[in-house]
Amino acid sequence: MLLFSCPNCGPRNETEFHYGGQAHVAYPEQPEQLSDREWAEYLFYRENTKGLFAERWVHSAGCRKWFNMVRDTVSYEIKAVYRMGEQPPAIADRTQHNPSIPAPEGAKS
Amino acid sequence: MSTEHLPEHPEFLWRNPDPKKSYDAVIVGGGGHGLATAYFLAKNHGMTNIAILEKGWLAGGNMARNTTIIRSNYLWDESAAIYEHSLKLWEILPEELEYDFLFSQRGVMNLAHTLGDVRESVRRVGANQLNGVDAEWLDPKQVKELCPILNINDNIRYPVMGATYQPRAGIAKHDHVAWAFARKCDELGVDIIQNCEVTGFIKDGNRVTGVKTSRGTINTEKVGLCAAGHSSVLAEMAGFRLPIQSHPLQALVSELHEPVHPTVVMSNHVHVYVSQAHKGELVMGAGVDSYNGYGQRGSFHVIEEQMAAAVELFPIFARAHVLRTWGGIVDTTMDASPIVGLSPVENMYVNCGWGTGGFKGTPAAGLTFAHTIATGTPHTLNKPFSLERFETGALIDEHGAAAVAH
Repeated sequence: MLLFSCPNCGPRNETEFHYGGQAHVAYPEQPEQLSDREWAEYLFYRENTKGLFAERWVHSAGCRKWFNMVRDTVSYEIKAVYRMGEQPPAIADRTQHNPSIPAPEGAKS
Repeated sequence: MSTEHLPEHPEFLWRNPDPKKSYDAVIVGGGGHGLATAYFLAKNHGMTNIAILEKGWLAGGNMARNTTIIRSNYLWDESAAIYEHSLKLWEILPEELEYDFLFSQRGVMNLAHTLGDVRESVRRVGANQLNGVDAEWLDPKQVKELCPILNINDNIRYPVMGATYQPRAGIAKHDHVAWAFARKCDELGVDIIQNCEVTGFIKDGNRVTGVKTSRGTINTEKVGLCAAGHSSVLAEMAGFRLPIQSHPLQALVSELHEPVHPTVVMSNHVHVYVSQAHKGELVMGAGVDSYNGYGQRGSFHVIEEQMAAAVELFPIFARAHVLRTWGGIVDTTMDASPIVGLSPVENMYVNCGWGTGGFKGTPAAGLTFAHTIATGTPHTLNKPFSLERFETGALIDEHGAAAVAH
């Protein structure tokens, strides 16, 4: 069982949390100008990184606030926890699956 | 105890050839889907100069890690069509492959525990019947008659309010299924190459022309990706993205018991599914872990919850011991339906996104994917399962509709 450090409540069991998928996927700035392909990218395409992955979690059985986390999707090791709106910290990826934290595709659109 | 003896292996199963310099088609992934694809390429399309590349050992991935359940009681027309075709193939394959893999049509029950469950289930029975899929609605008393060890008392947290039942559904011995396909593939001339990891692809413009592997470069005219769990890693190597998220899915077995469980019982609401293997182990599974993961192991709390549900439904299991747990990595899509078809790269084809339902789909995945690879166009059955559906919006939304959460 994983132990997550909620930025507000401190270390808690993973069962208190719900997963929210990839972090830093911004809503399109000009949605009316998106093509079908771009809508598909925004709605259905997410990174599926083998290695360090920035993702969102909500502490649903605690403070009920969302936060971001960087986790290794192979070892499940938690590398960083940071608040919504903050940028992911620079972390050396020893797994070599990914040279650095990916710039999320969705954030560009 | 043994309800049925395991079949004797044929004397010869398959060769272990070195990769040739070139093939007419290369299948990446030597699991059930890869093997079935190669088999139907050879049998239905006469393509025998083909290779299956497997990074580990044959059928050692999800094929060795599933709970062996086969059923076709899906809600939507497209899903019912492909899974029902699959079930029909399961019914004839032991004879066709000349290898008994203990396909046992002992029936599958999907329990309902709330009024919402009951309505959804009765609706699905109707949809199944309209699609020619055998399906019945059972009241609690009928449930008890079919599976006497089930607790149908009213005083439990989620009492059994009925169940859908598919009599033709069942289980098969998964390892033997893989070996049966592998032996026939080999007989038809297919090279099964194990310990051969794909490290990249060679392209001429947007057309794939070769595969880079840990055992050298292989030229090929066509590439089919059948690497459940790692499809998006391969797609990235080939230069495109897939709307796939990889999640751990785990299962467990008990020690051997006398035959007590005559059918397969699944419950979406309390989320556990239980069957008894031919040798006597209770085989149990539940849902995927919520987060992305490639670690081939699952969370402890998922096991804890599924066992709690199992013990409430089957009080007789309260003192059974868990012998082993294991995890696989499943490709999941946003609509919980597979992707079988063309890719953005010319001459490269994708078969992925089967989520938790890959094993039962093995024969139909193989048949339709082989058709797509051989002809360059989808088969009628896999046409709706295209990558484009995420752009057109023609999703096949089986989330919660297909009798199990994904």
